[in-house]
Amino acid sequence: MSDIVIAGIGQIPVGEHYTIGLREMGVRALTAALHDCDDLKPDALYIGNLLSSMISHQSNLGALFTDYGRLDGVEAYTTEAAGASGAAALHQAYMAIRSGFVDTVAVLGVEKWSDLVRSEAEAAIMQEMDYDYESIPGLTSTGQAGLIMQRYLYEHDLPSDALNGFAILAHTNGRNNPYGLFKNLISSESYARTAMLSDPFNMYDGATYADGAAALILTRRELLPENFPHPIISITGSAASSDSLSWHDRHEPMAFTAAARAVSEAARQAGTLPGQVSLFELDDSFSIYAALTLEACGLADRGKAWQMARDGEFAINGRLPIMTMGGCLARGNPIGAKGVYQVVEAVTQLRGAAGASQVPNARTALILALGGPASSAIAHVLERE
Amino acid sequence: MENPRYWRLKKQRYGLVGEVCPHCNSKIFPPRDVCPECGSEARTEYAFSGKGKVYSYTVMRDAPAGYEQNAPYTVAIVALDEGPMVTAQLTDLGEEPVQIGMPVEMVTRKLREDVEKKGILVYGYKFRPVMQG
Amino acid sequence: MTENKSGSLLLHPDRSTGIIGYGAYIPRYRLPGSEVAQLWTGSPKGSPVKEKAVAGLDEDVITMSIEASRNALARAGIDPQELRAVWVGSESHPYAVKPSGTVVAEAIGASNNIQAGDWEFACKAGTEAMVAAIALVGSGMGKYALAIGMDTAQGKPGDALEYTASSGGAAFIIGPADEAVVEIEATYSYVSDTPDFWRRQEQKYPEHGQRFTGDPAYFKHIESAGRVMMEELGMKASDFTYAVFHQPNPKFPMKAGKDLGFTEEQLLPGLLVPVIGNTYAGASMIGLTAILDIAKPGDRILQVSYGSGAGSDAFYFVVTERIAERRALAPSIADYLARRTEINYATYARFRGKIDMG
Repeated sequence: MSDIVIAGIGQIPVGEHYTIGLREMGVRALTAALHDCDDLKPDALYIGNLLSSMISHQSNLGALFTDYGRLDGVEAYTTEAAGASGAAALHQAYMAIRSGFVDTVAVLGVEKWSDLVRSEAEAAIMQEMDYDYESIPGLTSTGQAGLIMQRYLYEHDLPSDALNGFAILAHTNGRNNPYGLFKNLISSESYARTAMLSDPFNMYDGATYADGAAALILTRRELLPENFPHPIISITGSAASSDSLSWHDRHEPMAFTAAARAVSEAARQAGTLPGQVSLFELDDSFSIYAALTLEACGLADRGKAWQMARDGEFAINGRLPIMTMGGCLARGNPIGAKGVYQVVEAVTQLRGAAGASQVPNARTALILALGGPASSAIAHVLERE
Repeated sequence: MENPRYWRLKKQRYGLVGEVCPHCNSKIFPPRDVCPECGSEARTEYAFSGKGKVYSYTVMRDAPAGYEQNAPYTVAIVALDEGPMVTAQLTDLGEEPVQIGMPVEMVTRKLREDVEKKGILVYGYKFRPVMQG
Repeated sequence: MTENKSGSLLLHPDRSTGIIGYGAYIPRYRLPGSEVAQLWTGSPKGSPVKEKAVAGLDEDVITMSIEASRNALARAGIDPQELRAVWVGSESHPYAVKPSGTVVAEAIGASNNIQAGDWEFACKAGTEAMVAAIALVGSGMGKYALAIGMDTAQGKPGDALEYTASSGGAAFIIGPADEAVVEIEATYSYVSDTPDFWRRQEQKYPEHGQRFTGDPAYFKHIESAGRVMMEELGMKASDFTYAVFHQPNPKFPMKAGKDLGFTEEQLLPGLLVPVIGNTYAGASMIGLTAILDIAKPGDRILQVSYGSGAGSDAFYFVVTERIAERRALAPSIADYLARRTEINYATYARFRGKIDMG
């Protein structure tokens, strides 16, 4: 048990927010989180974002959101770790409070995606890979996931639909998430019919990029108001790791070593094991990432995670629930905001407020956000008091 | 227009010129001046043979801006005979199905061109099935 | 008077030169003539060639020159740092202003101490570069020089040229005769102001004078160059093993050859136009590489190029005993012909930028 708690959560629906811009999105999530914790006063704001400088032509988000979010004068700036940017902001907040420099911190994950046409936005997100050596041949993050998936299917001699269990599970869990992008169920038949994006990778194997903003308010346990309205959720583990920027530079490209390191260190801090948590909000930006993460963390044998997904082991009532609110595959992938959405969803579970997607008796949650194919990996463990 | 950026990398892009570690003889691509295997300084230029095998591949059907004119195209990870792996397009595939393990060889091709046809042409390595003969 | 110091019209440098290494390039894609004929005449018949070679989406004169040059270097077995010139002759240089030669030189590993200008003389730009390379090496200014003839030829949709205008070419490394696979005995050039075929600045496709491209243009220059060469050498057609001429279509080089006294046996080995089309600046040069793929030591070869506007360069070569060992060091014309993917007109239109993307 640590003394750092997540007192407030806020989010806006993931989607295409044509009527509001980066700043309105961020302010709405921030306001919701502050409201959720009865308006604690943050001493700092850390923002997770990847693309604002390219898509919104806006940097210095710290000044923007302290101004528009009425957090006048507090320290504020962006942390960036590609798709793990939001998790990096949370890790930063946790370290800042642990250090004693600050007491209460707002964490904001925000990403505006829909202002560019798709091909231009895809070109923007290519910068999360090695631009000179991976992006220049015309590869996108989605294409790279296709490369990784192709190799996985080859090494384990699997058919092209082997990974469909992840997309089917995500859509099952996501149908009750009011903040998610997709509410439709899919079947192995509809999976088999859908269009290829980057063979063998089809539309359901990758999360749809979308706009999103989510926020957290962290504080010390003793600073919570006396009549705090929610169950108390504390952060018991927070760890980050990294790997080569280029996927092709790894000795074991399929190992997702950084994911394993971040998860085991966060679990160690929390005094638990990855397999003993109530739920695991892993990073399913691409279904192959989910499979490789489960295998890297020792939660599935090599080449077997796909089978376990099909067998229901990761369902809400399974051995280890994952993607409990739909994950990225059904909620949508708000990129730099993703890591904060994952935490908002985990807190919702631990508070017992997940409705039809509630994991029974959820006490502990493991959360992992990835930047690229586990080039950056940031893990957290939360615990309900 | 990012001419300095392309110009700076022309040698490695045109001809797969990397480095060899004078201490452990590891071949290095792209050049990084420090050997990733033994950590020693490695600045000796080394021209790769351009021969390798496909480690994985995918077909890009949804091309990013700047690449739409060539879609669909195949991108592969190529394991070079000398050790390192590179990400590169496969070209001149014809009817031959791409397979993991397929031997390929480097060719220098046009990598990208701006739609207005006003900027510089960027040339660099791609790979094709090894020519018979 | 234009005779040299020995009283001959032939060009011969002080130091004997030869071809040290040769390399060809033919892109993989082939457009059958029947596709063009069907589209513009409503019948698949009438094409002067079986098919033509078409460059892929990522190919241009620079990339094709790089591959042909790498083939030539492989056969020459020299360090590219020893080259003193990298010259590309073409009428389809990718840039209007910015040399192709510098990119090619950088890609093949040549040094910075070189000449690298581009050459333009319609379809004889490549042989013009060869003559200059012979002069550079023959004068002793440099040991090796690389001369390339390469094109991604433009043919206006629906024009007669569209059947043949193709992509490909060849590269030759000129060096001292005592290292050569082919010794260069003499060259001779014949030019005049003849407006048979041209492309103005800013125009995408060339214009031509139709039948005017024949007698006063192609035949006058090719036959003058070939005749003077043979007269000055004191040789007749039957003294040669092979002859290769610029080949805009199959008929012209066969007629010119026969006018000069050559037989089909001498002409057909270098006649690639029926299966690859007219590679413009590369045409007679790539024909020469097809001959070198099969030639034996002692064989004598006459090559005559033609460039509109107009002129011809004639070369007399004698094959040396080094040919056999060098030949196998790079892909042959037969290898490139075997690597073949047939495309339809729609794909051709896309590959060659004929679809207006707005």
